[in-house]
Amino acid sequence: MESHELTFEPDDRYNAFLAVCKKAPYGKGKLSGIAVAVKDNISTRGIETTCASKILKGYIPPYDAHAVELLRHAGAAIVGKTNMDEFGMGTTTENSAFGPTLNPCDTGRVPGGSSGGSAAAVAGNMVRMALGTDTGGSIRCPAAFCGIVGMKPTYGRVSRYGLIAYANSLEQIGPMARNVSDVSSLLQVIAGKDRHDSTTYDRPYTHTPVSGIKGLKIGLPQEYFGEGVDPRVAGVVKNAIGRLEELGATTVSCSIPSMKFALAAYYVTCACEASSNLARFDGVRYGPGADSKKSWHESFKEVRRAGFGAEVRRRIMLGTFALSSGYYGKYYAKAQVARENVKADFARIFSEVDLIAGPTMPSIAFKLGEKSDPLSMYLSDILTVPANLAGIPAISVPCGKVDTMPVGLQIMGRHFDDERVIDAAYAYEQAVN
Amino acid sequence: MVTEKDVEHIAELADIGINTGELDTFTHQFNAILDYFDVLDLVNGDTTISRDLINTMREDVVEPSLPREEVLKNAAAQEDGFIKAPRVM
Repeated sequence: MESHELTFEPDDRYNAFLAVCKKAPYGKGKLSGIAVAVKDNISTRGIETTCASKILKGYIPPYDAHAVELLRHAGAAIVGKTNMDEFGMGTTTENSAFGPTLNPCDTGRVPGGSSGGSAAAVAGNMVRMALGTDTGGSIRCPAAFCGIVGMKPTYGRVSRYGLIAYANSLEQIGPMARNVSDVSSLLQVIAGKDRHDSTTYDRPYTHTPVSGIKGLKIGLPQEYFGEGVDPRVAGVVKNAIGRLEELGATTVSCSIPSMKFALAAYYVTCACEASSNLARFDGVRYGPGADSKKSWHESFKEVRRAGFGAEVRRRIMLGTFALSSGYYGKYYAKAQVARENVKADFARIFSEVDLIAGPTMPSIAFKLGEKSDPLSMYLSDILTVPANLAGIPAISVPCGKVDTMPVGLQIMGRHFDDERVIDAAYAYEQAVN
Repeated sequence: MVTEKDVEHIAELADIGINTGELDTFTHQFNAILDYFDVLDLVNGDTTISRDLINTMREDVVEPSLPREEVLKNAAAQEDGFIKAPRVM
């Protein structure tokens, strides 16, 4: 099946890759011979997969994630594993145990995260396409910061089998590329039902983008253009939305009142899920190995203290706390009610509009080391987490620059309206290119 | 408001391992983050809407699994074809 070989020796000046396959096998199919990079939290048979964590250094998965298997069947050449924030926890890729990735647009800045390596590999022309994962914006943020296209599909559209879980109820694997057509081609290959992931729907994606936005109604939530959003970024995005109006779309102002709870609901939920998911990393079945002479708990603690970075330990502890007796009702239960409110707000708005648009990120890419305080880093996810809480599709497409750094236009759609989201992004891209 | 003692207790529950030198920073950060989470107190209601969701069930059928050597190859310590774990008792 994989009878050919692609030579891949990139000049990785951005530290985008954690592992490189110098001779990448490929076969026949829709993506035959195309170099595709895969984020390092997606299992690849025979290729080291670490989630950018010391605790998984040396781990060689014995099986492929479903999305990777589909890539191989489509003839793609898997050329390497990309850097990320450890286990996907971060917005800059600085939380990698193997050093930060640099932004190809300005190497003094972060590429965004957590799929920063995938974004830099695409933006730096090392690969044509890459897989990322998006739990609270981890595809769209680096796409916006590096000036490429990235999409979080509807929850359930792409199998999570073989994705090393961080927050199952929020995360999706999705495509990243330099243009909407390539994002669409990659989604065609990876979407569909998988019997190994019971949350997948039988909704294959067979669409080819068409430049169709005429007559569509776009909601513009006031929260996406208000406090906390750099007015220069908001201005660039408003201009882009003006282009969509010129193409025949109509816009209407709307509001997502639950936005005031959304970020807290997101961080409580993902930390709680992480505290459970990451319990499996004890160094016994994979990883550095535990000292078998010590007691279970002692050896477990030693391995985890040495193997996990500060942000991972912080989220595991926060989640453990939020789920602990006496606090569950205050944090986890309330977060789930807040999440329902976010869903209800989107449902209400989508009964009146076809799409929702706004900035992907409230600012341009940060300087390396700029966000040293965890809470200020969390706050920068405010515009991306609502789509994950609601499970709806969302894309980021480059729409201009502020201080020579790219800005992303975010377009969100109804559940399983991935096609329409892609068409709107395509219409914009075709109009400006 | 959580104290250093609370953080130590949480670290114990999570088997995360914490150095005394880190306690001050973690406690300080937790309090900033938990203060922010207090916005959830403004959310009305305690229970989520129940939805008409159906579980995806299947028969428990035995299927081929990975060969033993494949499964063992990532374990740092093994003995007689088993993964060796720290002592439990």
